[in-house]
Amino acid sequence: MYFEAKRLLKLALGFVLTVMSVASAGVLAAGDKMNELNMSPGVTALGQDIFDLHMLILWICVIIGLLVFGVMFYSIYYHRKSRGVTPATFHESTKVEIAWTVIPFFILIGMAVPATSTLLEIYDTDDAELDILITGYQWKWKYEYLGDTGENVSFFSNLRTPQSEIYNSADKGQNYLLEVDEPVVIPVNTKVRFLITANDVIHSWWVPELAVKRDAIPGFINETWTLATEEGIYRGQCAELCGKDHGFMPIVVNVVSQEEYNEWLGAKQSEAAEIKELMAQNFTLDQLMERGKGVYERSCLACHGAGGEGGLGTAIAGSAVATGELGGHLEIGINGVPGSAMQAFGGQMNDVDMAAVITYQRNAFGNNMGDMVQPIDVFNHKKG
Amino acid sequence: MGDHHHGPAKGLTRWLFTTNHKDIGTMYLWFSFAMFILGGSFAMIIRAELFQPGMQLVEPAFFNQMTTLHGLVMVFGAIMPSFVGLANWMIPMMIGAPDMALPRMNNWSFWILPPAFLLLASTLFVEGGAPAFGWTFYAPLSTTYAPPSVTFFIFSVHVLGLSSIMGSINIIATVMNMRAPGMTYMKMPLFVWTWLITAFLLVAVMPVLAGAVTMMLMDIHFGTSFFSAAGGGDPVLFQHIFWFFGHPEVYIIILPAFGVVSQIIPTFSRKPLFGYDSMVYATASIAFLSFIVWAHHMYTVGMPVAGELFFMYATMLIAVPTGVKVFNWISTMWRGALTFETPMLFCMGFLVLFTIGGFTGLMLSIAPADFQYHDSYFVVAHFHYVMVAGAVFSMTAAVYYWLPKWCGRMYNESMGKTHFWISFIGFNLAFFPQHFVGLAGMPRRIPDYALQFADFNMMSSIGAFIYGASQIMFLYNVIATIVSGKPTSDEKTWEGAEGLEWTIATPAPYHTFETPPAVR
Repeated sequence: MYFEAKRLLKLALGFVLTVMSVASAGVLAAGDKMNELNMSPGVTALGQDIFDLHMLILWICVIIGLLVFGVMFYSIYYHRKSRGVTPATFHESTKVEIAWTVIPFFILIGMAVPATSTLLEIYDTDDAELDILITGYQWKWKYEYLGDTGENVSFFSNLRTPQSEIYNSADKGQNYLLEVDEPVVIPVNTKVRFLITANDVIHSWWVPELAVKRDAIPGFINETWTLATEEGIYRGQCAELCGKDHGFMPIVVNVVSQEEYNEWLGAKQSEAAEIKELMAQNFTLDQLMERGKGVYERSCLACHGAGGEGGLGTAIAGSAVATGELGGHLEIGINGVPGSAMQAFGGQMNDVDMAAVITYQRNAFGNNMGDMVQPIDVFNHKKG
Repeated sequence: MGDHHHGPAKGLTRWLFTTNHKDIGTMYLWFSFAMFILGGSFAMIIRAELFQPGMQLVEPAFFNQMTTLHGLVMVFGAIMPSFVGLANWMIPMMIGAPDMALPRMNNWSFWILPPAFLLLASTLFVEGGAPAFGWTFYAPLSTTYAPPSVTFFIFSVHVLGLSSIMGSINIIATVMNMRAPGMTYMKMPLFVWTWLITAFLLVAVMPVLAGAVTMMLMDIHFGTSFFSAAGGGDPVLFQHIFWFFGHPEVYIIILPAFGVVSQIIPTFSRKPLFGYDSMVYATASIAFLSFIVWAHHMYTVGMPVAGELFFMYATMLIAVPTGVKVFNWISTMWRGALTFETPMLFCMGFLVLFTIGGFTGLMLSIAPADFQYHDSYFVVAHFHYVMVAGAVFSMTAAVYYWLPKWCGRMYNESMGKTHFWISFIGFNLAFFPQHFVGLAGMPRRIPDYALQFADFNMMSSIGAFIYGASQIMFLYNVIATIVSGKPTSDEKTWEGAEGLEWTIATPAPYHTFETPPAVR
């Protein structure tokens, strides 16, 4: 019995070492491919801590697994009836039972210590230098920069991958499904606090390389943070099932230098101020048409077609809405069509763009209605 | 009255009005297999769509209906009823009872199941489509934003819950009152023990699920706001209630599987189960812990850190009794005289793959790391290792193990072994790569994915098709056995088998143990 146990131990250890060396060789050889196989440590100290914790637990599990499976396969091989063995009759041993209850307990304590400290780190949202409010919508994200430096900057971030790539009529780009029209921009080496909520159903904001995942819950605000140490573009996706287009609401975060960030923020702020000014203006038909064409291409074309011929959405050329009463057209543009893919654009588009695109739809594609909408009309329609 | 040794009634009424535990067990087993095929075909649609990036076969809305129905049908239609069927067949035969304690209720608990699933499946054909909010049906996606069919879904869940509660009461009553003289609790076969504990879990948590769906019903139709912040409610409340049911639910699924494995491994090791007492205590500990770990499914909802720590520590503790079970099974094999017939092969598959699922479970319990794992394909891989390689593999083992006793005919051994190896390879090809894509950042429940996940997804789909196809071989083998398998009348089909069910004639007569056996 004693020799057998010793032989068994040797065998199991040998097995563990062999498999471990093969596995680590495989990991090294994989090199750059690593992030397709494993969690990314990302570009934050916290992400590195989480990654280290993940690898620690993984290796503990691998070693225990190899020992357990080693014993199991030893038994499968050596204790076969076909080898003419007579079965033993033992069926209990209090000592052994106590050992394999107590030892795992201590291993667990060894895991719990680093896990606790990393968890406390995740929850430490104090001393953030920048606050960004993130709101999940079906199926896009809204970003609002809060505080003294970020007032007035707020925008929606939509999937940019065209329907043609999703439905396989065009080649898929490198960042297929992970690209947006307007990324969120944060400065490098700055602790950024994210306040996360939702407008409709529960979403979850996940960027693996920033080590952030937090549920966006309607009516409640969650907070979490990141501190990126490397500039770059980091991509993520909504992680909580939120309806039809759950798979199509990516997240793109640009981490840039402080100077670049200031410049971007300045541009965003003056853009917002400009819109405010434009809101009070009246435009000519030509001005509205020009602006409306750009808006149409950004926001409507994917579903309604380049020539208004329709596609996933209804045709606009010659449609009853676009050639009908103006109020009805505005209503659909602002509040959408519930239960269909036509979203309510009123909350995502400023009033100038809304006025321009409605005007454009009524006068392009051979619709030639000759009427137009001013920003103030949109404003009034929203007020009811 | 005269002769009591009558056989079954003839024709359809035999099945409609039967109160015989064997007939009811048979119906449960066939019903669950039908659901397994239905839920499996939903999975095939999912994997076919995910074969390549881009949308090819179905629309995203329909894809969500498939993931939802796949989960619901597999959990409530395939796995749970299959173990209830097994309990019906085996528990009376294992404890020396003539039948279940409440035979008429037994009939009813089965016969309300098919209408419940008809109701659920019919939602595929109604306007607005089937439920598309995932089998976890988080509010408000399942309330304010749900398709109209959600009401059908709610009634269906109510009926399923009713069926499960009645089935459980029956099992508790049977085990407590109908054991043969001398069959003390600590002499009961482990399958009976695990089912007794499971039945208590079911009675405790099914009403909680009923409460959750009733609150949904009120929110949808009667203007309450349990789960809507706008009316003073809380969407996270739903998750707490759901997982208070949902976590014990996963042990409801796996504990009877532990029981099956604890019957089969000793038989083919020709050696008694190692650590019977500690197996019983470990099962009870797991059942107790299952009530205090639910929020580990919700690490990212924004709980206070104290709550996170509590749920993390409690969850990690589950590794201890689960480890004890695995060690005991391996010690049972140690220095036995092993043979590897199909049931044993499936148990070996269970042992290896369930243990891997247990390890990933331990990884997931680590809250800070779970912030990266949560809602990714890593989770999908984890629970398929415990649900499929755990519950389904052990159920398959059980069918091969007891089929000769049930029908007096032997199944085709080499086809059984082939079924095992194809299942084993297909399963691992389907689910092992999902660990990788999950860690690399692929969220679950998405109909389309970024290009870096393409290779592993294709592999996964091929594996799923192989696993799915191998079940047809299983079906064929079972039917061929029943119809024309080699007749056997050995009381003990397996050399090393122990227990009362192996002391009765083969095939098991319609009525068994009308006079209780003597248990030493």
